[in-house]
Amino acid sequence: MTFRVGPRTNQIIAYTALLIMTVITIFVLFFIIGFILKNGLGQVSLKFLTERTTDMGKAGGIFPSILGTLFVTLLAIIIAAPIGVGSAVYLVEYTKAGFVRRIISFGADCLNGVPSIIFGLFGFIFFVITLNFGWSVLSGGLTLAVMILPTIIRTSEEAIKTVPRAYREISYSLGGGKLDTILKVVLPTALPGILTGVILGIGRAIGETAAVIFTAGSSLGLPTSIFSSTRTLAVHFYILAREGISMPKAYATATVLIIIILLINFIAYRLVHRFIARYY
Amino acid sequence: MKDKIAEKFLMVVAFSAILTLALISFFIFQQGLPLIFKAGLHNIFSTHWAPTRGHFGILSMIVGSIMVTAGALIIGVSFGLACTIFLSEFSSGTIQKTLKPIIELLAGIPSVVYGFMGIVILVPFVRTHFGGPGFSVLTASIILGIMILPTIVSISYDSLRAVPKTYREGSFALGATKWQTVVMLLIPAARSGIIAGIILGMGRAIGETMAVIMIAGNALKIPHSILDSVRTLTSTIALELGYATGDHRAALFACGSFLFIIIVILNIIAIRFKGKE
Amino acid sequence: MAKISIRNLNLFYKNFQALKNINLDVTENEILGIIGPANSGKSSLLRAINRLIELDGATITGEILLDGKNIMELPINDLRRRIGLIFAIPIVLPGSIYKNLTYGPKLHKKLSRRELDDIVYRALNAANLWDEVKDRLKDSAATLSGGQQQRLCIARTLAMEPEVIMMDEPCSGLDPISTAKIEATMLELKKRYTFILVTNNTKQAARVADKTAFFLSGELIEIDRTEKLFTSPREKRTNDYISGRFG
Repeated sequence: MTFRVGPRTNQIIAYTALLIMTVITIFVLFFIIGFILKNGLGQVSLKFLTERTTDMGKAGGIFPSILGTLFVTLLAIIIAAPIGVGSAVYLVEYTKAGFVRRIISFGADCLNGVPSIIFGLFGFIFFVITLNFGWSVLSGGLTLAVMILPTIIRTSEEAIKTVPRAYREISYSLGGGKLDTILKVVLPTALPGILTGVILGIGRAIGETAAVIFTAGSSLGLPTSIFSSTRTLAVHFYILAREGISMPKAYATATVLIIIILLINFIAYRLVHRFIARYY
Repeated sequence: MKDKIAEKFLMVVAFSAILTLALISFFIFQQGLPLIFKAGLHNIFSTHWAPTRGHFGILSMIVGSIMVTAGALIIGVSFGLACTIFLSEFSSGTIQKTLKPIIELLAGIPSVVYGFMGIVILVPFVRTHFGGPGFSVLTASIILGIMILPTIVSISYDSLRAVPKTYREGSFALGATKWQTVVMLLIPAARSGIIAGIILGMGRAIGETMAVIMIAGNALKIPHSILDSVRTLTSTIALELGYATGDHRAALFACGSFLFIIIVILNIIAIRFKGKE
Repeated sequence: MAKISIRNLNLFYKNFQALKNINLDVTENEILGIIGPANSGKSSLLRAINRLIELDGATITGEILLDGKNIMELPINDLRRRIGLIFAIPIVLPGSIYKNLTYGPKLHKKLSRRELDDIVYRALNAANLWDEVKDRLKDSAATLSGGQQQRLCIARTLAMEPEVIMMDEPCSGLDPISTAKIEATMLELKKRYTFILVTNNTKQAARVADKTAFFLSGELIEIDRTEKLFTSPREKRTNDYISGRFG
């Protein structure tokens, strides 16, 4: 005799299974954040943030890495943001569905899926070796710029698409040209969405290791120019953890990283919601 | 006039994405392909990797990448789809609004942090409870599974949400339960998007580097069980690029070329599926 | 001479002809009412006159003359400044009331703060909105009521100092009181401007228009003095439409 489970029972079993799996997933996230913060918060002090690193990371603070991360990320954003937003404007405002749009979208999508180690390889052979920028803030920033470009293109594109067509028509009917309309109506309206993309790009750049370790290097000196080699926070953390240099310092560095990432995601989330509240 | 200049300028800018893609492929292949032709496929597809002595066998790394990716997919797809279905079909608007950004936050955590969690939590756990060194296919699969989960959730969630509400209502009206509706109607309807999400997650898993280096053990042999240490294509590149020169460096770019080809193919497939929606 | 003359105008969207051989004159300082059922080509005509239709990828044959000059030969931004268009749904641009009003004028010339203030005052005054908003010019335009928003849209057009104002069912979403205010504004303004008023509401045309044209399926069926068209139309189809025995 076979025992048949009715659809109601089936639904209850399925629901319970889905619930448990979702709870586990959420738990993993909170566990990671909680674990890092619990072990690291005690080690983070103003001194840790502002002191030079000594003894390969066993002692001292992370000031050079904070500065390095800041410079590399800033350079990446300065390059990627205008290009990304410009591409998105072109895609939405100037191309019709067809070959040109398809090829640009394809480029952005493909670039988005390229793993960071490939960007590392490319940055190493192109910026470091071929262009002879060496291991430097410049090479690292350029590599990261290429890496975060698709994120910025895609989010800006979505943001620009949600600007109501009527806004554009009003601007035209008031005698505005296309460029006036884009600069004075479309972009300001889409700004929160665009900023979200830029901020998510910053988050990706800060957390990145594989693409910067072979382009910006891992020097612990204070970066003084764009040609200085530097070690970003993520790279510093990687070296501390993998080479077992100092667990307390590793936890502390990870804490700083996690807090930055949490802040960035929070800001991006708030911006998205302001944007959505305005149009839906 | 002003408008015309702006349009031309923006067009140049817009092609930068495809241009950099071309530049990347050019440099990776230019560095990697000559060695593949020089060494021959027979040499490349062996398990003997001693690149400073003319042996460029990357077979064990390819197998390693495949095993780790397959493991990651088992974890990532099952948990990813569970979260997606739970969020999209079994939870209220408020819960969706709270949980979605939390799951997206998983994507924001740097991969080195995942690797580190692997070292301090999962490796000792696997070592004591399952045996082996702890640095293993299993450990790497679990960590990678968590890492690719947000990719799978965000894409399949969107495609599930895109199924018209009338489908659900029609199904309920015929007396189907929610779960029956999910299995028989919604998943088939959102199939293309779900597959696209899984393929993109797969690309993430194959390409992930730092976390894998930290937890997979990096032993240069074909693993015989999921508790064995393993080395992937990406780990080899990252571990050796720092000091490699000459043919050795070229061999790493050859690994990169393989990886790049796989990723582009996966992306094209995913874009196709996404386009079908 | 007519302010706007339309000669043998045909308008095509891909495979669909939206306007068929239209000939029409709009006299200066008058209100021309255009009535007709949905999809009769009324809105297409307005969008053709200020060349907004080009955004939709439509093609045109025949000519439209503004003061005797073919509009295709005028600079497009100048044309759109001279011929304002007010849409059915009042859509305010994001930003303050003040910003909405100065957006257009600032596109065309550099203006001092004083000149801008003056433009804002005159436009709001002419649109009968000044008293209601004078204390909140810096507030978001989205905080205004529907009727106020539509008058803000009219003011925004007036701020451009246009010669012709076209309105595409400007009162379709408004209550009777707001509608009455807008109609009063139009009657006042026609001393200085030329109006084209597209409306679904035949009574509105009867109330404010000097001449009225009846469109059906892209054709101009009849145009005449308003009181004549509404009392003794020449065409049976016009009579059917205005007496409500239609579609």
